[in-house]
Amino acid sequence: MNILEIYKGLSEKKFSALEITKEFLAKKDKYNAFITISKDLALEQAKKADKMIAKGENTVLTGVPMAVKDNILVEGVKNTCASKILKDYIAPYDATCIKKLKDLGAVIIGKTNLDEFAMGSSTENSGFFTTKNPHDITRVPGGSSGGSAAAVAADLCCYALGSDTGGSIRQPASFCGVIGLKPTYGAVSRYGLTAFASSFDQIGPLAKTAEDARIVLNAIAGKDSKDSTSIGFKDKIDTNTTQLKVGIPREYFIEGINSEVEVLVKQAIKKNYDIMEISLPHTKYALAAYYIIAPSEASANLARFDGVRYGLSKAEKDLFNTYLKTKGVGFGDEVKRRIMIGTYALSAGYYDAYYLKAQKVRTLIKQDFDKAFKKVDVIMTPTCSSPAFKIGEKIDNPLAMYLADIFTVSVNLAGLPAVSVPIGTVDKLPVGLQIIGKPFEDHKILEVAKQYA
Amino acid sequence: MISAEHIAKLARLGLSSSEIKKFQKELSSILNYINLLEEVDVSNIDPTYHPFERGTNIRKDEAISQESDKLIDLAPSKKKRYIKVKSVFK
Repeated sequence: MNILEIYKGLSEKKFSALEITKEFLAKKDKYNAFITISKDLALEQAKKADKMIAKGENTVLTGVPMAVKDNILVEGVKNTCASKILKDYIAPYDATCIKKLKDLGAVIIGKTNLDEFAMGSSTENSGFFTTKNPHDITRVPGGSSGGSAAAVAADLCCYALGSDTGGSIRQPASFCGVIGLKPTYGAVSRYGLTAFASSFDQIGPLAKTAEDARIVLNAIAGKDSKDSTSIGFKDKIDTNTTQLKVGIPREYFIEGINSEVEVLVKQAIKKNYDIMEISLPHTKYALAAYYIIAPSEASANLARFDGVRYGLSKAEKDLFNTYLKTKGVGFGDEVKRRIMIGTYALSAGYYDAYYLKAQKVRTLIKQDFDKAFKKVDVIMTPTCSSPAFKIGEKIDNPLAMYLADIFTVSVNLAGLPAVSVPIGTVDKLPVGLQIIGKPFEDHKILEVAKQYA
Repeated sequence: MISAEHIAKLARLGLSSSEIKKFQKELSSILNYINLLEEVDVSNIDPTYHPFERGTNIRKDEAISQESDKLIDLAPSKKKRYIKVKSVFK
């Protein structure tokens, strides 16, 4: 059931929030989507929701069971980031988006699996286990928000929150056949989201319909004094989505893309729109720039996991060795790789050649979009170059795994909103269409997405 | 040429010798890909550190958090309201 269906059922007293919550809690997690089930909190919120409904104080999200990626803090519930370094860490406060959802009576049923610290594209980098794709259990659900995507696809929750730094909401949404929105940078407060790359990270919804994604976005968006990069903006629903000019960047239909994915995506676009070919000439360099900037920010952000403040602590004879041991034992391989790339890119003598250069390339990528958006209203591309890959297929080749993000990272470099919407299947595996909008036109791209799901 | 051993030390990552060997190879291959950026001409281009530069957003200099005890409680080693740290010098 989607959000509106549950809302209708609750309003018409077909079931209570407690009943529907118990029903979701009783479902078997066949795909290893969850790290923690927050049963007590869910039941408590469900009872609160029933009281709100009885008093007529309910909203559309009241009593609706949902899941949260395990890098977004929910007070009193474990927040592991799928890392051994935070295995037993219990969140001391609510993220701003969680506080807002709780106030609306949302029922949080659990925390979902991810690649450790959101670094990866398959959940295989989770420090605990790999989530399976509900469409084919031999394949990955995508990542890093793979647990959230699988949970929504398998109806283990009605909707879920994820975070997107380089494609971590859109790519798993595409692989699992659900809607995934990365809002404009600043649309949703990052307070309470474990920081990975702060100038890219955004929290957003994974849902069953575009309308559900819009409802969740409106619930969690807004300016927050606890995140100085957050920006308030309004829901503009009066969009005429049939007369839009749609740009197709030729750089996204290149060698290496699955030909059936290409045909499906082009058909889906042509069904509703005339295609205008555009060029984003620096697309080729986006992934390289991203894999300098994101690890650089990560290397600074993850310095806090030091065995002194919180989390795992491997006490040695002195502080230096405590650091070495704690981080050496606590972090998995991909996190170590990214910390090292970032440390290298920021180190004396290499800063200009790597970090500064990458930030200048970022400017060129942003300018490409600025120029394109003078000619078109939205840009459409495949979300991924192929459907979900096999578990184990890319895990021994970090660079091949990075290339899974090739169609999604540019959007993060430019801070734009983008949504992945399911448009069909190739060999029974879901394929996603990516719809990219101008800054703060999140609602417009969701209106466009409604034509598909 | 990146030295995984040196970088790991800068990042305070304790790695085994087999890990160093593995990361040396992987990091070299990743950096080799990233060197693609060398062909981009960025003369007269300013860097973008943030998608939407909006200046500094500051609040009044007033203490607002009342929850510091909850945060201190998370420390693995403490004494009253102080976090204990291993010795820095020998």
